[in-house]
Amino acid sequence: MSQPIEFHPTGSFADRSRAAVNNAPLRKSFRGAMDFLQAKRLAQFPNAADLSTLRDLGSAIRRYALANLPNLLVQLEEKLTANGVHVHWAETPAEANAIVLAIAQRHKATHMVKGKSMVSEEVGLNHAMEAAGIEALETDMGEYIVQLAGEGPSHIIMPAIHKTKQQIAELFAEKLPGVAYTENVDELIRIGRQVLRKKFAAGDIGLSGVNFAVAETGTIFLVENEGNGRMCTTVPRVHIAITGIEKVVAKLDHVVPLNSLLPRSATGQAVETYQNFISGPRKPGELDGPDEVHLILLDNGRTQAYADVQLRATLQCIRCGACMNHCPVYARVGGHAYGTTYPGPIGAIISPHLIGLADTYPLAFASTLCGACVEVCPVRIPITDILIRLRNEAQARPGSVDATLRGSGAARTAVVSAIWSAWSTIYSRLGLYRWTSWFMSRGRALSPTEQGAWTRCRTPLKPAAKRLRDLLRERRK
Amino acid sequence: MSARANILNRLRAAPAGAPVPLPDVAAWHAAAAPMDSATRIARFRANIEAAHAEVHDTDAKAWPVLLGQIAAKKGVRRLLVGKDAAEAAALAPLAGDDLQLLPYEKPANEWRTEFFDTIDAALTPARSAIADTGSLILWPDARAPRLMSLVPAIHFVLLDAATIHADLYAAMKAEQWAAGMPTNALVISGPSKTADIQQTLAYGAHGPREVIVLLIRSAGDAS
Repeated sequence: MSQPIEFHPTGSFADRSRAAVNNAPLRKSFRGAMDFLQAKRLAQFPNAADLSTLRDLGSAIRRYALANLPNLLVQLEEKLTANGVHVHWAETPAEANAIVLAIAQRHKATHMVKGKSMVSEEVGLNHAMEAAGIEALETDMGEYIVQLAGEGPSHIIMPAIHKTKQQIAELFAEKLPGVAYTENVDELIRIGRQVLRKKFAAGDIGLSGVNFAVAETGTIFLVENEGNGRMCTTVPRVHIAITGIEKVVAKLDHVVPLNSLLPRSATGQAVETYQNFISGPRKPGELDGPDEVHLILLDNGRTQAYADVQLRATLQCIRCGACMNHCPVYARVGGHAYGTTYPGPIGAIISPHLIGLADTYPLAFASTLCGACVEVCPVRIPITDILIRLRNEAQARPGSVDATLRGSGAARTAVVSAIWSAWSTIYSRLGLYRWTSWFMSRGRALSPTEQGAWTRCRTPLKPAAKRLRDLLRERRK
Repeated sequence: MSARANILNRLRAAPAGAPVPLPDVAAWHAAAAPMDSATRIARFRANIEAAHAEVHDTDAKAWPVLLGQIAAKKGVRRLLVGKDAAEAAALAPLAGDDLQLLPYEKPANEWRTEFFDTIDAALTPARSAIADTGSLILWPDARAPRLMSLVPAIHFVLLDAATIHADLYAAMKAEQWAAGMPTNALVISGPSKTADIQQTLAYGAHGPREVIVLLIRSAGDAS
């Protein structure tokens, strides 16, 4: 499927979000979806105390896994290898793609069917496969729709959330031979099912993501509603799963509370249709399932987050999307405006590690810090604290102790640097400080009336007519 | 240095955070109210029916005839059954012109197209089930391979009502999953579905459109 894929409109986050908020149909799609998802989630958690206990447990399970991450990854590798699964490690997207490509070429594969995998989006797998002449077909209905449209997903759980059924009806009629325009959702799904069934039957390689990887048993746990994930992991002769290194959990029973939180937080469903526990390739005598199973463990900047005790909490994420479903910014600008694979609050805090703070710091500022994401996060990631930390990192002086990330200081302009430098000079010299403050209070009429973003919707700042020093002197009289 | 060594070295070089004790899932689970057998059966039924599965009460003797009736009503002509499976033997008397029983004998790769295009339904046993979420637990093996519960449009499932657990945790512990996982274990909660088009729920996405549970009750069961 070689089509020019324009994942995100070019330009800055500010430009993209301005365009998005002026796009009425897009606003309507997101508002409707957010209201729907918020209500469904709430209905799944009628008891606040039970939810709180469950979130504590979910958080503890993820924190335990991270506290023991290197050992658990080694244990996972040992167990999977003993089960007959090939384990690969990749530091970068290019390495991950090269591993997939090498497997595909060894099998002379030309058709890859894909279950939903955000990590495969993160590494740009489809592009890499297409460049090598391998069709990489998305089979999740939402992913199939956005791929057909030449777009990327706008939500990590519901990729086509930005599209109306009219737009999908037009897309199918235009792109699929012999398909007439219909807005009937059952009919649209039936069309997708028919097209994709042929692809499953012809697929050489199935690619999937991973919801949790269980170190104790060497099990890849995958959830879904459609059955395409099971198709991709069962029908082709080769199954490749790809995941970030943080998705490991220690014990099989740790999956239970996490998967009690996941579907309820994500879509307000009590449970997914399919919970798929994969622990190895087809054994002798078994009549289906892949002959080969591979797991690719991807770093791509996650070790940078891990290296910092505060930022490590970012890796607790179980990718439910509740933070974006409740975010007043995401609801208004939508997923594509972020310009990153992962949008919304989680996108703002994970993307700096994946692609650097220089390209992503505006996302940390695109938040009111209202804390709705923190209230709903099933594993209690302190998202707002991390956003503030990233803002500080973005403004940190390069080389200082406050600059710890790739791209730290990217938001610090020459003007800002000069202002802080002047500030520290003035505040560290008493005479100069007194003179400057005297001058500023007497010369307050000279304050500029245009003060950048501040004055766009606020009155200009002016120094006080009398300094604190002057007021104290008057009181003493 | 390999990618593996680089990643592990970076992780090991990171400062230790606050210690985290091993989470106690058992204690959390113990706080849930216990469920008696009748409640488990009723909850299982209500939950899986809410997910658009059909549940039919039957018993160990009567189920083949019931399946035959449902199959006839749904227009099922080619029914896939497990090779050498006990339930296939029980169904044998029903086979005829109207209902063809096809044992799953060859590896799927040798008849993929036929499998995808010509099978109307499949019958598999469930290992057990879950009341809490209305889920079937399948433990595929050579007698009930993985694709039987996925490819045909209708999936018939034989479930012994006595095997319904309260929840997934109870099932995992009672059946000692962690001691040995199969190639693929499945927890299935109804027919396949999607809400990817404007949050509108549609059944029969890529897997079965219908899941029909034949619930085997014994005389001692509470209703």
